[in-house]
Amino acid sequence: MMVLASVFDTISIQHYLVLSTILFVIGVFGVLTRKNAIILLMCIELMLSSVNLLLVAFSTYFGDVSGQLFVFFIMVVAAAEATVGLSILVLLYRNTRSVDVGLFNKLKG
Amino acid sequence: MSIEQLIPLIIAIPLIGGFINGVFGKKLPKVIVGSIATFAVFTSFFLALSVFFKLEESVTVDLFTILNLENIQLNARFLVDNLSIWMTMIITGVGALIHLFSMGYMSHDKGYYKFFTYLNLFIFAMLILVLGSNYFMLFFGWEGVGICSYLLIGFHYSDVEKGLLNGLAARKAFIMNRIGDLGLLIGLFMLLANFGTLEYTELADKILTQGISYSEGALFIITLCLFIGATGKSAQIPLFTWLPDAMAGPTPVSALIHAATMVTAGIFLVVRSNFLFELAPSTQDIMLYVGLLTSLVTAFIAMRQNDIKKVLAYSTVSQLGFIFVALGMGAYTAAIFHVTTHAFFKALLFLGSGSVIHAMSDEQDIRKMGGLKKYIPITNITFLIGTLAISGFPLLSGFFSKDEILAHAMHHNTIIYILLAFSALLTAIYMFRLYFVVFHGSFRGSDEAKSHLHESPLNMTLPLIVLAVLSVIGGLLNIPSLLGGHHWFTHLLNENVAGLSRVAELHITDGETLMLMISASVLTLIALFFSYNVYVKKNNVPVNDHEIKGWTKLSANKLYFDEVYNSLFVKPIEWKSTKLYSFVEVFILNGIISSLTKLLSGLSELVKKWQSGKTDSYILWMVFGIVGLVIYYLVKI
Amino acid sequence: MNIETVFWILGALTIGSALMVILSTHPVRSILYLILTFFMISANYILMNAQFIAIVNIIVYAGAIMVLFLFVLMMLNLSQSNEPKSPIKMIAAAVIAGGSLLVVLVAAMRDSFVSASNIVSTTNQQGLVENLGKELFTTYVLPFEISSVLFISAIVGAVVLAKREKQIID
Repeated sequence: MMVLASVFDTISIQHYLVLSTILFVIGVFGVLTRKNAIILLMCIELMLSSVNLLLVAFSTYFGDVSGQLFVFFIMVVAAAEATVGLSILVLLYRNTRSVDVGLFNKLKG
Repeated sequence: MSIEQLIPLIIAIPLIGGFINGVFGKKLPKVIVGSIATFAVFTSFFLALSVFFKLEESVTVDLFTILNLENIQLNARFLVDNLSIWMTMIITGVGALIHLFSMGYMSHDKGYYKFFTYLNLFIFAMLILVLGSNYFMLFFGWEGVGICSYLLIGFHYSDVEKGLLNGLAARKAFIMNRIGDLGLLIGLFMLLANFGTLEYTELADKILTQGISYSEGALFIITLCLFIGATGKSAQIPLFTWLPDAMAGPTPVSALIHAATMVTAGIFLVVRSNFLFELAPSTQDIMLYVGLLTSLVTAFIAMRQNDIKKVLAYSTVSQLGFIFVALGMGAYTAAIFHVTTHAFFKALLFLGSGSVIHAMSDEQDIRKMGGLKKYIPITNITFLIGTLAISGFPLLSGFFSKDEILAHAMHHNTIIYILLAFSALLTAIYMFRLYFVVFHGSFRGSDEAKSHLHESPLNMTLPLIVLAVLSVIGGLLNIPSLLGGHHWFTHLLNENVAGLSRVAELHITDGETLMLMISASVLTLIALFFSYNVYVKKNNVPVNDHEIKGWTKLSANKLYFDEVYNSLFVKPIEWKSTKLYSFVEVFILNGIISSLTKLLSGLSELVKKWQSGKTDSYILWMVFGIVGLVIYYLVKI
Repeated sequence: MNIETVFWILGALTIGSALMVILSTHPVRSILYLILTFFMISANYILMNAQFIAIVNIIVYAGAIMVLFLFVLMMLNLSQSNEPKSPIKMIAAAVIAGGSLLVVLVAAMRDSFVSASNIVSTTNQQGLVENLGKELFTTYVLPFEISSVLFISAIVGAVVLAKREKQIID
């Protein structure tokens, strides 16, 4: 089995921290800006992925495998969440003929 | 069981009875409700009786400490001496009989269980009043009986015709009581300030034994304030007009509260404070004159009253005035003796009038009665006995107690004696007037009322009979040496009641006693024959309202006391309060409140915009929140 | 070509495709860019020797979830971009929020520099399937089983929610 060189011999953990943070912020920005509900759900997936990236980076950095296992479970949850979210979306579309998030403000105070 | 255990029981049992009736009474059958209440009071009476026989030295029963500050200690403590246990026996004994009477009298009433609840609560409050060992407990009971009196006078507040009047009468009683209470409170505060304690025994100790120094002026004010409190509760001039109005309440209430027990609270207060009053002769004089004036004025008014209960009410006030004269002369034991006999025959008279009213289908005007002795014989006999007792017919109870007071009066001041004897004469006259007009002659009411005339059931006549017996033999308590007695009652009270033994005893010879007795008897018999002549022989019937003339008009209109009070006090206050309402209430208070509400709703409208229902703004604020949190932690660390 | 260069190129590509996800107008294009982003992230995983996670990332995320998104998009026929634009106020606020979040998080990270000197050298073996599997089925077996329950509830939920109402034919 070919053993890859450890990436952390050359670059420090800070790089991955920043990368992951930038991805996360991009996801936040997408959630705040886009009005299409499907794009919204996708940006949430993006945020989750950025966290996954960071977790794996730490896991490799510290030699602790539980980080990668946690990523595994996050993926499980993300899959379930995407499923249910999309089915709710479909239902909403059937009732209101649109996926514009700005129209769903029935909880207005 | 020891006295310390019995006393809390005696007080608690009526309270428990009232609680059970109050909470569950609506669902229980009427017989059970009445039986619980009556049984509770009877039990208290028998327990009190056993305490009375066991009692030698005065006993203190401590419950708990209410307030324990540097210079004030208030305790929930009871003092059992012959005075308090005697009053307890009167309250529970006469009270039990009245409860029994009420079972029959109130049987048609919808608020049956409420009535018995209030009655039991009243007994509870009154017991605390007499059994308390300090002025604070007395005040607690004082207010308690005031409340119960209010509730019971206005009992039929939802009655279609008279509901409003009942409520107003209750309110009047309460307000007048309150005016007296102010005096009482000031007296208590000054007592506390001057002597540092409110306990009877400690005060007696400080003043009599230790000879603590006090200012004469302060003691005068204290006793005067206590007397003002007594005036309110015991209906003396000028605070007596509530008592006739209080007759709007059901008859058992009048019997219990306004004849036998609550109105004697003021007298009890003075007797308890005897050592204070003995050191303030000016207050004693004031008491004497006020009592004398009250006695004469109300006897005058009673001469021409036509409502059976109003006559009895004014006679109560008159008798209380009598007793205050006795107190003003330092005759404390004579006063309590008269209180006892008065409880017997006044309760008897009120219950008898209740029986009459019951027979007359709720008619109270004596001009519509007459010749009732054929239809309600038991009531007739007992009412006659009561009338004879109150008029001082020889050898009945009232005779001995009145005589004792008259004896003190004669030694004090002859003019007072003459005026007092005149008041007794008037009492006899109007009481016999009442008796003859109601029970003799021919029936003057409607035919429909005639067909309903019937004697009352046993639970109403039995108390009448018992009280009649007591009214006859009650004099045996304190027989003077002339007739072979030993003044048992006077010695009983002097035994262990604080301060009483130091009061100067009356030294009267047998010859003087005989002369007093004969003159009193003569006056009573004169009154009897006079009334008999006017109302039976000549068949004089009290005239209708629009035919009254001359001095009788003054009497029938209660000397216009109510009207004077109304224009002097009530109308200006009502005017002031209307003005205050229209300005302060409407503009200022309402303005403040509504501007406050407008402010708040405006603020909430502003904040409401934050909840737009749009997900992106929510997430935006979430992100800002997270940023804020992280900044906070960064800056802190 | 050392690892550092590879990292920089990969990083740039990831960020670029992520930006295109949120900036493109056409929904289908957004989804495709997201798939690309996932591929880039998987490459990052391989760089860190987390082979299992990399493969699973591609299979699950890019393969299953994104396909699901595409399905829904096509089914609802939203492929035309008729989405209303956010008001400029919102975009400005979003930029500020995102920017401040970035700044704050980076500032928080400044103190978190950890030295790599005490890392054991067996890290290279770590991401292999065998190691992962051993851990998963011994220490973390309970969450593993419970995640199956989670899946069942998600499936049932999805089916119930998206069921088409029976048309009553009169």
